[in-house]
Amino acid sequence: MSRKAKEILIKNIFFLFALISILILALIIIFLFFEGIPIFGAVSVKEFLFGMEWYPTYDPPEFGIWPLIFGSFAVTLFASALAVPLGVLSAIYIAEIAPPLVKEIFKPVVELLAGLPSVVLGFFGMAVLAPWMQETFDLPTGLNIANASIVLALMAVPTISSISEDALYSVPQEFKEASYALGATRFETIARVIVPSALSGISTAVILGMARAIGETMVVLMVAGGAAAIPESIFDSVRPMPASIAAEMGEAPFRSDHYHALFATGIVLFFLTLGFNLIADYVSHKFKEVGSATL
Amino acid sequence: MKKSKRFLPACLMFFSLLAGTAFAGESIVINGSTTVLPVAQVAAEAYMKLHPGVNISLSGGGSGNGIKALIDGSANIANSSRFIKDKEVSLAQEKGVYPVPHRVAIDAIVPIVHPDNPVTDLSIEQLSLIYQGKITNWKEIGGKDLQIVVVSRDTSSGTYEVWEEKVLHKAKVTAKAQLQASNGAVVQAISKNRYAIGYIGLGYMNDSIRGIKVNGIEATAATALSGAYLVARPLFMFTNGWPTGIVSDFITFVVSRDGQELVRKEGFVPLF
Repeated sequence: MSRKAKEILIKNIFFLFALISILILALIIIFLFFEGIPIFGAVSVKEFLFGMEWYPTYDPPEFGIWPLIFGSFAVTLFASALAVPLGVLSAIYIAEIAPPLVKEIFKPVVELLAGLPSVVLGFFGMAVLAPWMQETFDLPTGLNIANASIVLALMAVPTISSISEDALYSVPQEFKEASYALGATRFETIARVIVPSALSGISTAVILGMARAIGETMVVLMVAGGAAAIPESIFDSVRPMPASIAAEMGEAPFRSDHYHALFATGIVLFFLTLGFNLIADYVSHKFKEVGSATL
Repeated sequence: MKKSKRFLPACLMFFSLLAGTAFAGESIVINGSTTVLPVAQVAAEAYMKLHPGVNISLSGGGSGNGIKALIDGSANIANSSRFIKDKEVSLAQEKGVYPVPHRVAIDAIVPIVHPDNPVTDLSIEQLSLIYQGKITNWKEIGGKDLQIVVVSRDTSSGTYEVWEEKVLHKAKVTAKAQLQASNGAVVQAISKNRYAIGYIGLGYMNDSIRGIKVNGIEATAATALSGAYLVARPLFMFTNGWPTGIVSDFITFVVSRDGQELVRKEGFVPLF
């Protein structure tokens, strides 16, 4: 076979693999919509999204997922409030401050956290954090927003940290040297030169971390408590969307309204994570440093 | 294998009487209710020991999933903690599947609390009001001055359906109720929470939690079988058509004296 024929063959093989993964993704999305859309024959989009009552098996059933959407946002927001400072600051420490030896240890350990199966973290939240929280704050239940947020934050930290770190590394050495040459201290260099230069990458990291938290299923299923009501405090139970889907899908009669409603919840979740990804993409392009600082 | 099953069901049944290994190399796929799962599990283990070479694969995705698997042909037996629904029957008939129920055990659903909770006996009415969110403090029903944390099951589980039918009489569970996705998760949650009340299948009772009498009657095998204990239901295995060959042999084993002994050991109520 000639060199040229080989080249073409290899190119096509790679194209095929790329196509397959996109095709599979497209099929999954089509399936999601195909199974989810029929619910809107039974309830309107507005009733579905903003309805306060989720009683899918009653007669007549009610399919309002607002409490579930609210639950998802509540845990994601509080998880981000914890994970963003932890993730970004640890990235700054690892990338800029830590001596090489410490870095050698910290970096893999943080990344190892990303490899922990979510069910293990969920079990930790359920068996350790929940009883502790209940005892310490004298609460009726330890399975609540606060607990879920802490566990989700643990999951989001590695994502935020490792992407932020890459952003910090890609800040060109020249910037740092120029800053030092002007007599800036190390802190001033980090706070005014390195972090601002890496801001688009760090923002991307934060948004992807949040997307990770909102889509996480096992943890919220195990530790969020699962009450489909609007919470009144961060120690109330909530039922985020993924938990609802995971808990009910197994027993929902095939192709019933309930089944379609769960798929429609999946569509909402899909649009949310898609939104997060689009924002991340937009931010990383819009605020991209030009010149050698591009991420 | 499928072909031989279709042509030789009679032969297979005959051989099964002759030798325990008649079904060597054959397999049964069982899917369905997590409530029936422990029974199916021990029965499958015992059956495979009796018939080396037989392979039984078992999963517990819920009653609805089991029946779905039976309808689409991916399972031979669907475990179910409820009777099949009309909608499922018509779906099955469209696909030429004829689900046949086999009663394999009786399940009693027990309200449970933390072992430190002084409340020991509640009426159906009280349980219903607790689950509707109308009784919110343990002191209203003779307990300590603590808020009641209601733990329920996902509204589509078979266990929940029995609770809804026998206790709530179709009233709505309060939206503030916590939801757990399995019997095991309810036990876990209640055993760590002095404020909480939940309900589980009798088979999941252990020392980390305490069962509550309903209308003064304790949930036991005898009271569930006699009908004196009110929150009880039959458990089913569904097959496609009247079972033949190895599936028939397995179901026969489950309802045999040996099989029912296993049912009893798992904490469920045997049929005889």
